[in-house]
Amino acid sequence: MSGLTWLEVVLRAVAVLAAFLVLPLLVGQTEHKVMAHMQGRLGPMYAGGFHGWAQLLADGIKFVQKEDVVPARADRSAFRLAPGVALVPYLVALAVIPLAPGVVGAKVDASALLVLAVIGVGIIGTLMAGWASANKYSLLGAMRAAAQLVSYELPMVLVVASVALAAGTLSLVGIAQAWTPWWLLWQLPGALVFFVAGLAELQRVPFDMPVADSEIVFGPYTEYTGLRFAFFLLAEYAGIVVMALLFAVLFLGGWAGPWAATVGWLWTLLKGLVLAVVVIWFRVSWPRLREDQLQRLAWVWLVPIALLQLAVTAVGVVMMR
Amino acid sequence: MTTRDIVFVVVGVITALSGLLAVSTRHVVHAALWLLVCLGSLAGCYIVLGQELVGIVQLLVYVGAIVVLVLFALMLTRAPIGPQPDIDAPVWQRVVAALLGAATTALVAAATLPVIGQQSVDLDTPVVTTQQIASAIFGTWVWPFELLSVLLLVALVGAFAVSRVVLARRSRS
Repeated sequence: MSGLTWLEVVLRAVAVLAAFLVLPLLVGQTEHKVMAHMQGRLGPMYAGGFHGWAQLLADGIKFVQKEDVVPARADRSAFRLAPGVALVPYLVALAVIPLAPGVVGAKVDASALLVLAVIGVGIIGTLMAGWASANKYSLLGAMRAAAQLVSYELPMVLVVASVALAAGTLSLVGIAQAWTPWWLLWQLPGALVFFVAGLAELQRVPFDMPVADSEIVFGPYTEYTGLRFAFFLLAEYAGIVVMALLFAVLFLGGWAGPWAATVGWLWTLLKGLVLAVVVIWFRVSWPRLREDQLQRLAWVWLVPIALLQLAVTAVGVVMMR
Repeated sequence: MTTRDIVFVVVGVITALSGLLAVSTRHVVHAALWLLVCLGSLAGCYIVLGQELVGIVQLLVYVGAIVVLVLFALMLTRAPIGPQPDIDAPVWQRVVAALLGAATTALVAAATLPVIGQQSVDLDTPVVTTQQIASAIFGTWVWPFELLSVLLLVALVGAFAVSRVVLARRSRS
């Protein structure tokens, strides 16, 4: 981080933190409303007046007021630390995802790799939560979450490698700059694999076995109350933001679009928001997969498709040189 | 002392202390969690020393994959909450471990201490980029790299074969 003054570093950190607090709330509110309308109902309508826009703030205030309960047999330190461990990786990931060439929290040479690395760290928070709760349902949920992440990390890393290969760089800014509309076809299988694997890493429907309410209560988060529970929810929505923006930057060219020089960051956000809506759409329209179906999907379909995509990309890069 | 020196000392002390705690705690899962802190702050050390890529790879491989697998295996088999007296090592093992650790430290120190002060690198203007590391791995060091990948492949196939053999025997008996 040479060439940056302390003031600039602080300002950038504050901006990233603000985005981290605002964007997940925006996605959460969108989820309330989109889900409600898809199911032919209204969703929250009272808090704040216009269409219940302040519902999530009200929820937040409610969570702060609740008692912070730690189960008597729990491992106190790990139990208390787990929500933070789940949340911080997404903050780091958001700091290196660019909205436009200059609009990025921290410039990192290998930012695509860094995002993948820190997203993988987030699972440790879930594992800690599930184990430290001293509850068999929590532990089962944590096991499911870990098995899921280990299986889906591989296809995800492979398709990001494919995009990095096509662009010739590991930097997210470089990848988005190298993007051309032709990639929409060339990298299509990779994009689909990335989207499915991303859904699975976020533990969203149809891959929400770790928190399957009809089987294991609420998985690793069963014993959590108040603010710590809210942190896990925030981590989930922050995860949606990170995955949607990452998809937009890797496969949709990020800020590519009309007047990219001036309103490019708006394009990235818009593409990300559309993807977030698709993630919500999946939640409304798909049933939950079974645990063995999930593993089968990862190893029988996603990994071979990702490997094939990698080969196709390699051939393409050599041919077009 | 520059800021970088101070940060390096702090991260280094965290690495050493968490490593010590990982081997001395009597909570099995805590040991794995301390190992996590140790490996993660080691990645911090690399980044402070200007090797971003090495730090990120350390994070991706050790923290994100290996320790997750360790935790997963622990929780899948036996990970009670609270201290476990039966994982305590006898005195002679502790002595041998301390001796081996000291010997390794002496070896590394003997190799590195004479070099200290001979060379200095300006970390504020990094010279080694991701691309240079890539061309070094796939240029100069490509054969060792390929050999290592074959080694990993053999280990993978071996593990698979072992588990199949055990399963086949069980189903026969």
